[in-house]
Amino acid sequence: MPLTTIIALIPALPLLSFLILVFFGGQLSRKIAGWIGAGSVGVSALLTIFVGISFINSLPETKSYSVVIWQWLHAGNLTANIAFSLDSLSLVFIFVITFVGFLIHVYSIGFMAKDEGFTRFFAYMNLFVCSMLILVLADNLLLMYLGWEGVGLCSYLLIGFWYKEPANGAAARKAFIITRIGDAAMIIGIFILFLSFGTFNIQDIMLLASTKWAICSSLAVITAALLLGGALGKSAQLPLQTWLPDAMAGPSPVSALIHAATMVTAGVYLIARTNVLFSLAPIVQTIIAIIGALTLLIAGFSALAQHDLKRILAYSTISQIGYMFLALGIGAYSAAIFHFMVHAFFKALLFLAAGVVILVLNEEHDIFKMGGLRKKMPAVFWTFLIGSASLSALPLVTAGFYSKDAILWFAFSSNSGGIVLWLAGIVGAFLTALYSFRMIFITFFGEVKTEPTFSAGKLMTVPLIILAVLSVIGGFIELPTSMGNFHLFSNLVNNSLPEVAIKNVEHLEWVFQLISALIASTGIYLAYRFYFKKPAFIEAFNHSRLNHFFEKGFGFDKVYDVVFVKPIVWLAEIDKKDIFDQLNISISRLAIWGNHFLSIAQNGKLRWYLLSFAIGIAFILTLMLTK
Amino acid sequence: MLTVPVETQILFAGILFFLGLIGLLVRRNLVFMLMSIEIMFNSAGLVFIIAARHWDQPDGQVMFIFILAVTAVEVAIGLALILQVYHHFKTLDVDKINKLKD
Repeated sequence: MPLTTIIALIPALPLLSFLILVFFGGQLSRKIAGWIGAGSVGVSALLTIFVGISFINSLPETKSYSVVIWQWLHAGNLTANIAFSLDSLSLVFIFVITFVGFLIHVYSIGFMAKDEGFTRFFAYMNLFVCSMLILVLADNLLLMYLGWEGVGLCSYLLIGFWYKEPANGAAARKAFIITRIGDAAMIIGIFILFLSFGTFNIQDIMLLASTKWAICSSLAVITAALLLGGALGKSAQLPLQTWLPDAMAGPSPVSALIHAATMVTAGVYLIARTNVLFSLAPIVQTIIAIIGALTLLIAGFSALAQHDLKRILAYSTISQIGYMFLALGIGAYSAAIFHFMVHAFFKALLFLAAGVVILVLNEEHDIFKMGGLRKKMPAVFWTFLIGSASLSALPLVTAGFYSKDAILWFAFSSNSGGIVLWLAGIVGAFLTALYSFRMIFITFFGEVKTEPTFSAGKLMTVPLIILAVLSVIGGFIELPTSMGNFHLFSNLVNNSLPEVAIKNVEHLEWVFQLISALIASTGIYLAYRFYFKKPAFIEAFNHSRLNHFFEKGFGFDKVYDVVFVKPIVWLAEIDKKDIFDQLNISISRLAIWGNHFLSIAQNGKLRWYLLSFAIGIAFILTLMLTK
Repeated sequence: MLTVPVETQILFAGILFFLGLIGLLVRRNLVFMLMSIEIMFNSAGLVFIIAARHWDQPDGQVMFIFILAVTAVEVAIGLALILQVYHHFKTLDVDKINKLKD
């Protein structure tokens, strides 16, 4: 089989499986349906590894493979093909999507085993994987937008998967509407690009943009800002971050796949993919860095005050994507993508492990009602511990350390970086360590508060163990210059992304590494002091106003409710009674009135009818006779 | 032979027709309503006979035979229906049989 066919098969297999499950899901047994759903993604993952190996072994001259499958749209000078382009950036993404996706699908077979919507779940998950693969493989912006909306749809469907609970439906709508705000900005940005360059092809646009548009030209800045809007919505960054914590209403595998590992990083992909535009708009790039820094701090503080295990992880995801945005903003693209990959491993692991904990404790989400689970479920404890260690960047042994350290280092050393961004990052790193181990100490240590009802099967624990291994060894493919100086990952990614330009401070790198290592370790130690030993002031803080403010995510929801939702509802109420509505309503009133009037005549009385006959005949006769 | 002017003959048929119509409107018993319809039929038949006699044409008499046949059929069906109605509603008062609406 030629390589191009294999690339086309990677998104086609999950699509095929989606179609099978949708049309024949009712006839299939759960076992078969589950293995079709997971197997298709598994085969895609194998194909991806095969394509990846051949890509790395013999790098194509254009640094990308392209496959045109068919022409999708053609009108005037508008052409859009169903065409894929695979370069090193897409390669990393499809690897994470298919491989982590496969593990999550396998886990889901165990996790959803007793759910009545079993085949529906796998159908949606497959559709999601297919859309996400289209998003990252598309060679033109229109096809990418198709994938972009496809993942949005699947996110909506899966957040509201347990639709019988009205709150879940509300969370799904919230996610859909808030990301839509960003998407509207993004599609306008795409239109501007088409108007300016007459093509949707991403590579062509990037080439044309760098020659036709001047740096800081207004069009470049506007377009970059609009695309950034789309990225902010999808990746739950300030000010559109409020949907992600509520999105935890979906099943845990959904949170792991969509709201941690893949979809929410689509914004990161978009910015990395269109990096030429952003380099033409340095102001926007600075804004990205600032938004990233602010988001990671706000989400970090919020995570510290949550009670719900999954909400902690949700805020943590927002915060970690904040790191990726920070890296994108300072031009350290490979560091952002590296953190994306490592984050996908450990955050998927944490969500899946949290899913097991919640499942065996009978849907108990509150960490303060858990405790002492370390002895009860050792496999989950150890994998969760590894995931948390990686999240809080435990020095040297975890992948999270290498990826986060790279971002922190570039935040200081990059030409557009500085001490302020680095400080934000380092405070965020401290918070990350603190809230990660707060989770560990409260959930897994102390006395048992809720007894587990059963123990998780192999289908659930094996993916956890594989992800735990990846969360540790995933970091060793990219070692900093000061230790090891091994750049396998960035060498690969830099085939399609520009390298970060750094100031002449390289000799200081080890100092910064030492500081971040110390900060992470201090965070973990303080978490032990605060949440294991439980001193009195922590108890007092838990009841303070500040804690409540953090818990509510800095009150963004409340502000949006007052500023946007309430006025719009108020306007809609007024609008309901305006003159045009009155006009429309009066037409229907007239019809109803006429109905009442005429239906008097139909009273079922035979003699009444006869009389009207007689009157009618008399009337006609009179007319005829007097003519 | 005494000849009645044709206008008087038509007037007689008209009076008969209106008697039938008034009976139909005023009576509430279904049997009497059916009888009123018969009267109206016969007045119409009478007009045919008058016309046949007036122009010395047999067509009108032929037509009357037809009308007679149709009336017989109508009475047969009508009485059968009335029987069923009585069976169902236990009354023949047409004002109480007003279920044929909505």
